[in-house]
Amino acid sequence: MIQYIIRRLLYAIPILIGVNLLTFLLFFVVNSPDDMARMQLGQKHVTQEAVEKWKHERGYDLPLFWNGQAQGADKLAETIFYRKSVNLMVFRFGQSDTGRNIASDIQERMWPSLAISVPSVVIGVTFNIALALLVVFFRQTYLEFWGLVLCVMLMSVSSLFYIIGGQYVAAKLLQLVPISGYSEGWGAIKFLLLPVSIGVASGIGSGVRWYRALFLEEVEKDYVRTARAKGLSEAAVLFRHVLRNAMIPILTGVVVLIPFLFMGSLLTESFFSIPGLGSYTIDAINRQDFAIVRSMVYLGSVLYVAGLLLTDISYTLADPRVRLS
Amino acid sequence: MGRLTLFWTDALVYLLVAMVAGFIWYVGSREHLRRPWRQIVGDKVAMVSLLVLMAFSGIGLLDSVHFYPAVEEGKGGNEAISLFDWWATPMRTHDEKTYSRPFAAVSYSREFLVRPDGSQGWEYPRLAHGGAHLRDPDVERGPDIARTVADGFVKGGLLWAVCAAGLCGWLTVRGGRSWWRTLWDVAEDRTETPWRALLATLLLLLSCGWALAELSASYHVLGTDKVGQDVFYQSLKSIRTGLVIGTLTTLVMLPFALVLGILAGFFPGWVDDVIQYLYTTLNSIPSVLLIAAAILMMQVYMANHEADFASLAVRADLRLLFLCGILGVTSWTGLCRLLRAETLKLREMEFVQAARALGVRPWVILARHILPNVLHIVLISVVLDFSALVLAEAVLSYVNIGVDPTTQSWGNMINSARLELAREPVVWWSLAAAFTFMFALVLAANLFADAVRDALDPRRAEV
Repeated sequence: MIQYIIRRLLYAIPILIGVNLLTFLLFFVVNSPDDMARMQLGQKHVTQEAVEKWKHERGYDLPLFWNGQAQGADKLAETIFYRKSVNLMVFRFGQSDTGRNIASDIQERMWPSLAISVPSVVIGVTFNIALALLVVFFRQTYLEFWGLVLCVMLMSVSSLFYIIGGQYVAAKLLQLVPISGYSEGWGAIKFLLLPVSIGVASGIGSGVRWYRALFLEEVEKDYVRTARAKGLSEAAVLFRHVLRNAMIPILTGVVVLIPFLFMGSLLTESFFSIPGLGSYTIDAINRQDFAIVRSMVYLGSVLYVAGLLLTDISYTLADPRVRLS
Repeated sequence: MGRLTLFWTDALVYLLVAMVAGFIWYVGSREHLRRPWRQIVGDKVAMVSLLVLMAFSGIGLLDSVHFYPAVEEGKGGNEAISLFDWWATPMRTHDEKTYSRPFAAVSYSREFLVRPDGSQGWEYPRLAHGGAHLRDPDVERGPDIARTVADGFVKGGLLWAVCAAGLCGWLTVRGGRSWWRTLWDVAEDRTETPWRALLATLLLLLSCGWALAELSASYHVLGTDKVGQDVFYQSLKSIRTGLVIGTLTTLVMLPFALVLGILAGFFPGWVDDVIQYLYTTLNSIPSVLLIAAAILMMQVYMANHEADFASLAVRADLRLLFLCGILGVTSWTGLCRLLRAETLKLREMEFVQAARALGVRPWVILARHILPNVLHIVLISVVLDFSALVLAEAVLSYVNIGVDPTTQSWGNMINSARLELAREPVVWWSLAAAFTFMFALVLAANLFADAVRDALDPRRAEV
């Protein structure tokens, strides 16, 4: 087991190097640091001195990959690639283009992000599984048919409308919760209520259909027939047998959610002006702050790779038949 | 008319249409491929959704034929317009000063006006175009709208009747029964293809479409936005953007996914390793961030090479194409993985083994045996992805990393309508229009995709 985990961690290294290289190429090969400096300082009327100063302050005045003027190992180290990418690999995020410390920004902003995404996923998955089991329980009735029609309709609504509609109805018309904002500690709950419920609601359509497909596949199997033949009630069959055996695909599905979660929280956070990582990224995109965007891309992929590893480990916990080797 | 012109996305749209036509011809000429499609053709929901999708695509295609109008025809001849623009000229050119309600004849907010008798006061000014033909809007508007709608319904109904009669005639020739008998069968829903449901939908589309077209000539059916542009026109223009993103992305991603997926499955060893590494790496970058990064990069590039992107329309078009490209790059990995798994399975099948034993070259095996047997997976994932891409476009444009702000799209419409809900009194129509159109398109696509999956997925076909 431990051997397996170590090997998987080693596998992750080339992937993360790849991600890093890719974003580096994306940013620095097509656009020179001069272009970036002009972008930051304003397109027109920028003097060459101002551009040079900007570049020097942020370390963009070095060569890209190979510094011929430096001595020894510094030939590699005194380059933009080494400074900006190798440091990123060991989570030294450095400074943003506006001069703030990215690492401390992330540390500060990760808590509001987690406060939204964790309850959204946990409640969402539980809710979807419960609904899907209900739909499977009533299979081949009108209830199933209309349930599925409703799911397709819910799926066809853009997440933007869930947010806009939810905000308008719950916060503006009914005035149940504040429209947006955030506060520290327990006071945050009233601000989190709406974003979390919208996050759950917007996932119901596709979630229920996905879990229903999983359960239906299990329901056809022999052990379910045996359980029924033993005289177990349909509810007991579903909850005790089908649910447990569908655990592996459920776990896989939850990990597949992680990138979507990122996208979701990106939107949710900027709509509800919650100071999390999502709104941090969107602000950086709008301000065209390359350093932050690159850090967030890298952080996102680290989380994704870690998530994949966690699913594989959780397989063994959920199903004793799976042996990792 | 004027001088025809071809945008990049237009050319690719035509290519796509040609490919679809080729695919239909290919399937039609082979019996074993036709079988699952017959199940789809017999499915009421699928066919009605397909008809709706075709109505959307029709508008999208009209909007993909661009030309520079001759100068005397309208507002200036140096911006390219599409066939759809040309047809919808009244809607396109009837700009108001600012917001107005759907079907309104007066502006949404009061203005300080000098009345004809010389006195002054705060009043709702009349619109320049919406209901401008009415002398007293309060009295005449209702009956006028009703008359126009009825007129449109009658004309649309007549056109429909011609179509229906023609269809029955065609069925008569094919079925060898009398025309009345065929008509009766269709009316009683006793035909294999759900013609009755299709005709009912067509009636709805034609009559409502005609009525809306007639109304839009003299009213703003869905009101106007902040700068006085017709919202109905914007929503219709957005159809093309949605469709282009949904379909062209597929065109970009398909070659990658197909070639790499099949190669990875067929050649174990370093080829498989490299391809797997490639898609795992791409997959582990959150797609929004990758798209954001790519769009940022392109913006900087465009800002620094202004001379190469002279025309606004060309610039917007290239950005749309680029967005399709980058969405394609982020979305080929899923399909690639599926195809790899399927090829791994097919590789061990007897007929492939036999071909190998006979010394058939690998490339021939790939083209003759593997490729045709994975096509159903390609098709299923393509139709399933379509609606997700349309939805993603709206979200990306909203976050400012989607299509160009000057391109009409539902995302941009929502973006500009965002603050209108907080306004007093509320301006709801832009948002409602974007919602309705997007919902209709995505719902139809989802329903059709479900039917395609049910018919083509061999695992489901057995159940």
